[in-house]
Amino acid sequence: MINVSKLKKGIVIDHIKAGNGYKIFRQLGLDKLEDPVVLLKNIPSHKMEIKDLIKIENDIYLDLTVLGLIDSGVTINIIENGKRKEKIKLELPKKVLGILKCRNPRCISTVEDVGDIEFTLVNPVTKEYQCEYCHEKTSL
Amino acid sequence: MIKGKHLIEVNDFSLEEIEDLLDFADTIIQDQSKYAGLCKGNLIATLFYEPSTRTKFSFESAALRLGAKVIGFADAMTSSVSKGESLVDTIQTISCYADLIVMRHPKEGAPRLASKYSQVPIINGGDGGHQHPTQTLTDLLTIRALKGSLSNLTIGLCGDLKFGRTTHSLTKTMLRYPDIRFIFISPEELRISEYIKEEIGRDRYEETNSLDNNIGKLDILYMTRIQKERFFSEQEYLRLKGYYILDNNKMRMAKKDMIVMHPLPRVNEIAAEVDHDDRAVYFKQARYGMYIRMALIAKMLGKGE
Repeated sequence: MINVSKLKKGIVIDHIKAGNGYKIFRQLGLDKLEDPVVLLKNIPSHKMEIKDLIKIENDIYLDLTVLGLIDSGVTINIIENGKRKEKIKLELPKKVLGILKCRNPRCISTVEDVGDIEFTLVNPVTKEYQCEYCHEKTSL
Repeated sequence: MIKGKHLIEVNDFSLEEIEDLLDFADTIIQDQSKYAGLCKGNLIATLFYEPSTRTKFSFESAALRLGAKVIGFADAMTSSVSKGESLVDTIQTISCYADLIVMRHPKEGAPRLASKYSQVPIINGGDGGHQHPTQTLTDLLTIRALKGSLSNLTIGLCGDLKFGRTTHSLTKTMLRYPDIRFIFISPEELRISEYIKEEIGRDRYEETNSLDNNIGKLDILYMTRIQKERFFSEQEYLRLKGYYILDNNKMRMAKKDMIVMHPLPRVNEIAAEVDHDDRAVYFKQARYGMYIRMALIAKMLGKGE
């Protein structure tokens, strides 16, 4: 088992579904971070059998909407002085702006610069969102 | 009530607002001459990014009969679009000139985008296979006028239910009224979208490919054209085009008070012989379409309150 020492100050993104860790790592741009950051993959978990986990040794801004879209089951722990200061449980965002793109070739957004498209959650089970323009459903 | 509002889809209006519109259309029908100058001094723009003579003429007749003047184009190639102007820029410019914009566009959601940038009300005259709210309002006025009510009806929708925006829009709107049942009659390839069926709920609709076996159950038969322009393959279009043809033989199996509606234009899905049947109301429906558009234009401009 690989051991990674406890954080003094920073963020732990826990309970990431195995396989989603790298996606989150990339989507949050953690590869560009200058602070120490680790991505652990396929580590044993009581709850999930195996999971991914990310530790960031600094307090950075996290786009919770992106996180929620990729994996709404993750837990975010904010660490200060070696202790958990805050625990954030994510949910699927009801509205998503500027992250999803409409895949419907007949949608106006495919030919016109419409700016950020607002997508509304229509099915939490299938994680489907509806385009504000053509109402076509899409998911991340 | 609807003054200054946009009409992008029928659900933009409450049932009360729709009722109010239908009532006003009825009033216009009673004495059309009384409203001949109601919108005198107003300018209506009709921006048709894809051809539709019928809808364009209907809107323009409605505007002219109210005394309004009309500007616009019938084909995007005769407008600045051919120079590469964006929809948003066109709308921002035209809304400086006109009091109300009617637009048809081949891309879904184009009128919604336009409504974000327009200083004046936008009416969606059809956006791709998506929404066609004024056709639905036409249908509501026709049904209410000829069946006496918008509730307790069995409605059969027949033909292209996949690409036919009129059927999508009508179905979603009729769902807001009590005791409405649907029978969706279409070939396998042209079935109505899953999302609409989900909204209706399993106990309120039947799905079938047989018109013969179901025509006798209907209060309204809504026929649709298999639309050539929605197909990528000519072969596929030709195969499905002749799937349903309503003729006098089929009409004999229908109820005596059933009505046959069609958004027009038709190709071959209703035989010309059916036109002589009193139950064929599709040309009356076109006239109701002009009346509801008169009511709509007037109300959106804040007239006729």
